[in-house]
Amino acid sequence: MSRAGDLVRTGLRGIGQLLLTVGFVMLLFVVYELYVTDILAGQAQDELQDELRDEWDGAVPGAAPAPITPVEGEPFAFLHIPGLGAGWERAIVEGTGQDELAQGPGHYIGTALPGQQGNFAVAGHRVGRGSPFLEIDELQPGDPVVVETADAWYVYRVLGDPATGDFGTGPVPGQQIVDPTNVSVISPTPLAPAEAPPTGAYLTLTTCHPEYSARQRLIVHAVLEGGPVLRADAPDGPPALQEG
Amino acid sequence: MYSWIWRHLPGGTGSKAFLALLLVLAVSALLLFVVFPRVEHLLPFTDVTVD
Repeated sequence: MSRAGDLVRTGLRGIGQLLLTVGFVMLLFVVYELYVTDILAGQAQDELQDELRDEWDGAVPGAAPAPITPVEGEPFAFLHIPGLGAGWERAIVEGTGQDELAQGPGHYIGTALPGQQGNFAVAGHRVGRGSPFLEIDELQPGDPVVVETADAWYVYRVLGDPATGDFGTGPVPGQQIVDPTNVSVISPTPLAPAEAPPTGAYLTLTTCHPEYSARQRLIVHAVLEGGPVLRADAPDGPPALQEG
Repeated sequence: MYSWIWRHLPGGTGSKAFLALLLVLAVSALLLFVVFPRVEHLLPFTDVTVD
């Protein structure tokens, strides 16, 4: 065997091992994104829920909802979407940074709070990290999205025509797909300029689209139905929670 | 690289194989729980917000 032949063989073997290693690491990263982040996010979300329930426990529900002052990184409300499964609930954390969204759906800082005039906007992961918003594309017009605060429940309904399933019957569609830079979807009135005054109490959910990609954003808009349902009047929540 | 590691693992084939498996698991755990969580924010796959 010549020395040159040995060198070539060693070099080829090195390249082969390198490619195998890179392939293994990439596969492992997929496993991480799809499964490990679910476990980590599940633990973080459980802690948030416990934290919030503990905080609310023992508080006496008032005759009127007290103002909420969310602290960045802390949970302040529960999101219930019966259409995603019976008992589907997630604690909403204040802020939409990666650290917040790794724990659960995050409220866009500066947008309206639950029940307020304006746009209560919430971002959540579509795939990985518990995949809270994986199936929000399946929400139909009229489906309830219920927000639970310390002392009240707010029932929002996905916009559009429940009879035909058409999302685009009003000025604000119930569902749309937009570019990631389209911030008008979280304006006080969705799709209006950010400085325009609110024209109603909206709720907006944002997640990535299509699944496994971050090329676009899937947006669901809903509007408040009626006023707050006081916890004092309905400890187990409004009837809308049982829909779907 | 792998043949170098294999040569330096102690014991017979069985012990080498067992230690090699342990090494693979250790490296995998390091990647999954330490490395990936720190580098993934550099990647764009997980953006869900509009900004």
